[in-house]
Amino acid sequence: MIMRNAIAFGAGIVFAIGLGLGGMTQPARIIGFLDVAGRWDPSLVFVLAGAVGTSMLTYRWILRQRHPVLAVRFQIPPVRQIDGRLLLGSGVFGVGWGIGGFCPGPAVTALVSGHPVAIVFVLSMLAGTLLFDYTPLGGLRLSRRKAAGSAGGPPMTTAPTDA
Amino acid sequence: MDFTAIAGSLLGGVLIGLATAALLLFNGRIAGISGIVGGLLKPVAEEWSWRAWFLAGLLVGGFLVYAVAPGAFAIEVHRSWPVLVLGGVLVGFGARLGSGCTSGHGVCGLSRLSARSWVATAVFTATGALTVYVLNHLLAGA
Repeated sequence: MIMRNAIAFGAGIVFAIGLGLGGMTQPARIIGFLDVAGRWDPSLVFVLAGAVGTSMLTYRWILRQRHPVLAVRFQIPPVRQIDGRLLLGSGVFGVGWGIGGFCPGPAVTALVSGHPVAIVFVLSMLAGTLLFDYTPLGGLRLSRRKAAGSAGGPPMTTAPTDA
Repeated sequence: MDFTAIAGSLLGGVLIGLATAALLLFNGRIAGISGIVGGLLKPVAEEWSWRAWFLAGLLVGGFLVYAVAPGAFAIEVHRSWPVLVLGGVLVGFGARLGSGCTSGHGVCGLSRLSARSWVATAVFTATGALTVYVLNHLLAGA
């Protein structure tokens, strides 16, 4: 438990340094990347290439292991279907991303700057997260989980989410 | 963009990739920030501690970056406050409905060749670009 928390802590630190170095904590860079009709900023492509390239190479080897070093099993999202929730949710997420130039990781990391934009954005993001949990959509997912559990599937300790 | 900018972006990406790899290798977990935040906010907190430690790590890492290069947090957003609030709400809500954000789908999902994540990443990049087009070009800075 202590080791797992230490890994999570260390991973968070390295993740944040990567975000900062990659320019992800500067909303103008993100908006510049999304601004295909204006002065397009390609730097995010390199961040994504570095991140996905590294993960892709390491994941293949990691997922061939029987179990994680410090845990019983890998908790990989079991959901495979491409449904309306995925499309609508991602679509809505993209609109917010285009507005603020912030996605969740960089927004949380940018809190350290004390910048009011980062603080307001994170608070709004938390509100949106809670809003989802307390609407019928969030409730729908809860009942689906129960249904999946009663159908004799493996007991779910976490929601079937990708992230 | 010049060579140092490209190298910085690539190295930043590699660090992000290494962090997600470490979380999977040691803890068996996907580094999806929206999922980590969402898990902490649930009424019945599940496996609260590692998520809290990851977020604490993000803040400590952020402090380190801020101490060395405060310019990394140059935050210039030309949006009105109500629009910015709307953006935050949509990011939080959309990431939960779509089961992931730029880290969960865009890094971890793409890397393990999840069809869902490839679709999600294509969709949010497209709607993001469309939004920027509408706000920056059609409405010119709402």
